[in-house]
Amino acid sequence: MPRLCALCSAQRPILKRPKTGQQICKTCFFHVFETEVHNTITEAKLFQPGDRVAIGASGGKDSTVLAHVMKMLNDRYNYGLELFLLSIDEGITGYRDDSLETVKQNQKEYDLPLKILSYNELYGWTMDSIVEAVGRKNNCTFCGVFRRQALDRGAAMLGVDHIVTGHNADDVAETVLMNIMRGDIARLGRCTAICTQGEDTIKRSKPFKYTYEKEIVMYAYFKRLTYFSTECIYSPDAYRGHARSFLKLLEAARPSAIIDIIHSGEACEVGEEATKELKERKICKRCGYIASNDLCKACTLLEGLERGMANAGITDRGRKQLEASGPTPDGLRTIPFFQMNTDTPLDSASSTPIPGQTVDARIPAVVHVTAG
Amino acid sequence: MSEISLKVEFGGGLELLFSNQKSHQLSLPTRVASDDSTSPFGKEQETKALDITYLIHWLRDHRLKERVELFMENDTVRPGILVLVNDTDWELEGEGQYEIKDGDEIVFISTLHGG
Ligand SMILES: [Zn+2]
Ligand SMILES: [Zn+2]
Repeated sequence: MPRLCALCSAQRPILKRPKTGQQICKTCFFHVFETEVHNTITEAKLFQPGDRVAIGASGGKDSTVLAHVMKMLNDRYNYGLELFLLSIDEGITGYRDDSLETVKQNQKEYDLPLKILSYNELYGWTMDSIVEAVGRKNNCTFCGVFRRQALDRGAAMLGVDHIVTGHNADDVAETVLMNIMRGDIARLGRCTAICTQGEDTIKRSKPFKYTYEKEIVMYAYFKRLTYFSTECIYSPDAYRGHARSFLKLLEAARPSAIIDIIHSGEACEVGEEATKELKERKICKRCGYIASNDLCKACTLLEGLERGMANAGITDRGRKQLEASGPTPDGLRTIPFFQMNTDTPLDSASSTPIPGQTVDARIPAVVHVTAG
Repeated sequence: MSEISLKVEFGGGLELLFSNQKSHQLSLPTRVASDDSTSPFGKEQETKALDITYLIHWLRDHRLKERVELFMENDTVRPGILVLVNDTDWELEGEGQYEIKDGDEIVFISTLHGG
């Protein structure tokens, strides 16, 4: 007597759901996977008809499955969304150039417009050249700060005000653990939010917030979706790696651990005192992006790189050293001014230089301005 | 001694640890050492039917090219590696104790790479 699917009692099960322990068949798996994402989207009221939404696409498993599912749900349930793919090219030879090929393949399969914005275009530096300058110690800090701002700017170029990312339940649980281990209570309550929005930055949502990584990989496998799966050659963030291994051990012992950790994060009422720091937001004097000091993180990092003082954006001591070493020199390379411009989307496929400013011919979007 | 032929596939970046080769056609003995030792053994050795736990050890000893800690942990695959037996989650098939049959296809997929 063969076992039968716990949902349809008709077909042979092919998967044990980590969330529920149910043994289900392929047809039911596709159905519950897609329906749960749809329910997450509708319960959180993530979208309005007519919204222009960019899918942050890295070519990896999560964003590949997200693009597939977003496209499908938008058609199936008439969300009325205009979808785009947005990719950031960090400039990592042999890693990002290969994964961007996967994104381009997705673009053809799903017939969605694709915008690729590179660090080189925006900052005048690739991750390869940053690692050459700063070594392999703090490169992930540069990459994280630069990527966040690049995604917002890419979204502004596409005229979208909402980015969906492939962060899954495992990622969210891992971030909860990391915030606990770092004592970062202000971020703890915030990191489980399905949708975050700064004062005038672009909305970011995680439709896969409750979707287990195991099911995303199984979905990609059974749907024969092709994705790119090489570790970033510069990546070893050892601390995050330990958090991940710990989480996977917990999951192996008790699969509900992941969703339980997310619920714990959600239940954390973060007091006024702890969130105060996060609320004090300014606008970067140099580039117009969200900042907590006079300069945003990316501008500080970039100035440090340009002046050969890479620690300026990493530590307080480094920032003070930079300030003590004199005013910002003339002709320093800076990031183009950020304007949220959702009413008049730029429809050009590449970023547009700001009129009236000198543009380096080799690096199109980076302008040289006189400091002051 | 009779042998079982099987196909092993790696995905999700795991193939990078195995000479970047995704598909491996193997032939392994029907009876193997109970302690999962993959070196030749004598008559006094206790044996068991070929199972996935043995296959994992055999792959480590004979196909893995680098960084064993990314493939194995505590005599099984590292948590975060999915295993499928003939396109079915191995959790439904007894995991490591599943006895491999002639013509089986075993897939190992890492979930730990990239997003
Ligand atoms: Zn079913
Ligand atoms: Zn700035």
